[in-house]
Amino acid sequence: MTYIAKPRLHHPKLPTNALGYTHRDYEGAVSTLCAGCGHDSISAAIIQACFELSLPPHKIAKLSGIGCSSKTPTYFLGKSHGFNSVHGRMPSVLTGANLANRDLVYLGISGDGDSASIGLGQFAHCLRRAVNMVYVVENNGVYGLTKGQFSATADKGSKVRRGPVNTDSPIDLVALALQLGASFVGRSFSGDKRQLVPLIKAAIEHRGAAFIDVISPCVAFNNNPESTKSFDYVRAHNEAVNRLDVILERDEITADYAPGTVETVTQHDGSMLRLHKLAPDYDPHDRISAMAYLQQRHAEGEVVTGLLFVEPDSDDLHALSGTVEIPLNSLDEAELCPGPAALVQFNAAHR
Amino acid sequence: MDGLSRLSIESVNDFVIKFANVNGSGSASANALFAKSVLRMGIPASSRNIFPSNIQGLPTWYEVRICEKGHLGRRGGVDIMVAMNPQTWDEDLAEIEPGGYLFYDSTKPLPPSKFRDDITVIGAPLTTICNREYNDARQRQLFKNIIYLGALSALLNMDVAAIEQLISEQFRGRDTLIRPNLRALNLGREWALNEHECPIGLRLERVDKVGDQIFITGNDAAALGAVYGGATVCAWYPITPSSSLAEAFSNHCRRYRADPETKKKRYAIIQAEDELSSIGMVVGAAWNGARAFTATSGPGISLMQEFIGLAYFAEIPAVIFDVQRGSPSTGMPTRTQQADILSCAFASHGDTKHVLLFPEDPRESFLFAAEAFDLADRLQTPVFVMLDLDIGMNDWLVAPLAWDENRRYDRGKLMTAEQLDAGVEFGRYLDVDGDGIPYRTLPGTHPTRGAFFTRGTTKDRYARYSEEGPDYVDNMQRLLRKFDTAKRLVPRPIKRVARESTRYGAIYFGSTSPAMAEALEALEERGIHLDTLRVRAYPFHEDVFDFVAGHDRVFVVEQNRDAQLRTLLAIDGEIDPARLVPILHYDGTPITARFIVKAIGDILDVVTLAPLRRALP
Repeated sequence: MTYIAKPRLHHPKLPTNALGYTHRDYEGAVSTLCAGCGHDSISAAIIQACFELSLPPHKIAKLSGIGCSSKTPTYFLGKSHGFNSVHGRMPSVLTGANLANRDLVYLGISGDGDSASIGLGQFAHCLRRAVNMVYVVENNGVYGLTKGQFSATADKGSKVRRGPVNTDSPIDLVALALQLGASFVGRSFSGDKRQLVPLIKAAIEHRGAAFIDVISPCVAFNNNPESTKSFDYVRAHNEAVNRLDVILERDEITADYAPGTVETVTQHDGSMLRLHKLAPDYDPHDRISAMAYLQQRHAEGEVVTGLLFVEPDSDDLHALSGTVEIPLNSLDEAELCPGPAALVQFNAAHR
Repeated sequence: MDGLSRLSIESVNDFVIKFANVNGSGSASANALFAKSVLRMGIPASSRNIFPSNIQGLPTWYEVRICEKGHLGRRGGVDIMVAMNPQTWDEDLAEIEPGGYLFYDSTKPLPPSKFRDDITVIGAPLTTICNREYNDARQRQLFKNIIYLGALSALLNMDVAAIEQLISEQFRGRDTLIRPNLRALNLGREWALNEHECPIGLRLERVDKVGDQIFITGNDAAALGAVYGGATVCAWYPITPSSSLAEAFSNHCRRYRADPETKKKRYAIIQAEDELSSIGMVVGAAWNGARAFTATSGPGISLMQEFIGLAYFAEIPAVIFDVQRGSPSTGMPTRTQQADILSCAFASHGDTKHVLLFPEDPRESFLFAAEAFDLADRLQTPVFVMLDLDIGMNDWLVAPLAWDENRRYDRGKLMTAEQLDAGVEFGRYLDVDGDGIPYRTLPGTHPTRGAFFTRGTTKDRYARYSEEGPDYVDNMQRLLRKFDTAKRLVPRPIKRVARESTRYGAIYFGSTSPAMAEALEALEERGIHLDTLRVRAYPFHEDVFDFVAGHDRVFVVEQNRDAQLRTLLAIDGEIDPARLVPILHYDGTPITARFIVKAIGDILDVVTLAPLRRALP
């Protein structure tokens, strides 16, 4: 499949962004996932978000673990370096990469098996560490690449075709991310590009650990009507708490809104998040009430989506550990090696 | 005692003293003070901590070998035991050589059955002195250690000025502690001078045999080597005996790696949640162009297997310090071994082979640590620096650390934006130079060229996804060529030719060095001559196989049960294993010259005697 090259020709009037790139410049190889897979919609949303933000593609690093979701970085941002790493261990590889060069945008792409099952430990610890990244879980509740086994986000009581019933409680990654200290938490649906694209844009502009749980139905193994990860279920139970526009510093603010319906949040880099409140009493700055709200709605069978929590002026791992402003991988020998003179003193202290 | 004194060991500047203490009693600093005082008298010495997996209450020992001739491997046997731990009294007593000495706290009387009649017993009422002099319980405990040091200083004829000088240096900046320590020292010294004949048969006399050597642990030196080698990212998980390497790196970085103006850090250290995460961070950082390392021990290596394999196939320069120990679980982990050779050489799934470096002491730990980063960048592969607990956690007397001012880092084959602009062809896994080493680009190098997707094995020369057999084979063959290139880049083995020509050789590596040097001398005195080769790296240099080919039989001396280096030699050199005679020491203590002499001597004596025996009717 990947040998089929996408034609590079495109319509001459395709819109370009501030860098003069069209969205085609953010595409990758042709997807080899199943037709109708939710993951491909997420890839498209990532392409759209990076295009709209006018990010230089080579200043983005995309990292993933193993699984259907982790294959997707091949299908977007073909001019970015990518790393298909170890099952469940993308967070550590991303953390290391981020330590080496703080100047790139880090996209961590994972799935529910990769993050909630085998990788739950690394998922938790990279959020705790406030690694500056966008961590996307393409959540379908099932292992696709190994043909339909349950993941740790699978519904209790769900059934594998001709197989066993899942009796384990599902893990809610959003609830965990909130508890673990992620400074940006969102949930969306692969079928709702209007919601997902601004969410990804806001997460990229955010400094710190940004986590987005994207319900992404698996058309091959888990799109049955009873599944809470199916198209039909999410469409019927999607309760968005807000709508989001991301406005960069350079953009002109034009629209007027009725007072009380819109809140503008300014992040550390000057980008503004314009939040259109859909649930009037939902406060995305209050971690504890957000957690309670989510639990209540979850118990009622609702899938709460939107920007669920944001700490606009959060610090990241580099700020917290006091590293130099320039990337560590750009330090030269003179800055790294103490040289022979320092050894004289060192030796003297060991006699 | 008088009747026995004739049998007492008499030795100047050549004996073993062992301190038997209780863990957490504060004895470590007093014991280290003793060892350093010996060095300040110009007498070579080495020290070894033998400690339990415990913070307080269990037995711990500190052994100091003093040897003017400079043999500083563990010798075996004890000439004077400082028995401060009632729990281990019986075994401590049994370890003393006939004619040796026992120094103990005589406050509580012990029945005569608790002693031996072939040793000199020196009972000092340490607790009585402490109770008389101090009211505070902690002070009574801590100063007891300094008091026995004071007593030993008189009994062994130590230069008290050297000890006093060290105490002042140790407490510099906390000057109020100097005087009480000096007083405690003198309390012990006075007791010995008044109550015992000083010095005893074991004596120290000032010589000038230490020179400019330094006293340092391998972990400390290796961590400094990582600083000098340009490491900027360290991710680690605590595990004995490697934790002090990461901690030392942190200390050295605070001193050498702060931006002079902003005071910000030119390094990042992460204590990860486990070893999987620490190696993952190292792989990520190295992929992104930082020099990165982790420090661990055997169980950590086990946990890192999958990532090590990925780093091999994805060709990522990761540096791994393995401070080897007895494994697994707790207990033997505080003892030394060289038992991770095979698990590191072949770490991970699939066909993998890795570069290993074997430093012999802290000085080489410093050098090889720095070298490992050049090798990893040059070869784009994981490089293991194989220390062990004996090197890593014990203070060794070694030549001062040195750094060549003209030395420059070898960052390997990194393709730059300029090269890409100039139209140089980039294929991530393309063997352009015929040495098996491809070029790599770092993320962010060029806006439109040189980006690639990193995967394990499913790829072609241009890093495109491929599951084709020929692509896989092509890549694996290139990795073999790369490993062959490694042979020419790693530290060469060191050969020593015996004084008389011989059919026998011995191969050894790592912390076996000092014991081996001493064993060779002793064997020579018995008329047994051996050529030796110290292996310093894997893959093996051709010299190693030439050495084996040049001898009828080669002893392979190592500190593990399964003759792991011998296995590796036999596999790689396609050598008949019968020609490689294993000499194996693996009880968790450092190998001794006595052990090597006996093991090799026994075999060669049999060989020599065999024809005679056959001739008999």
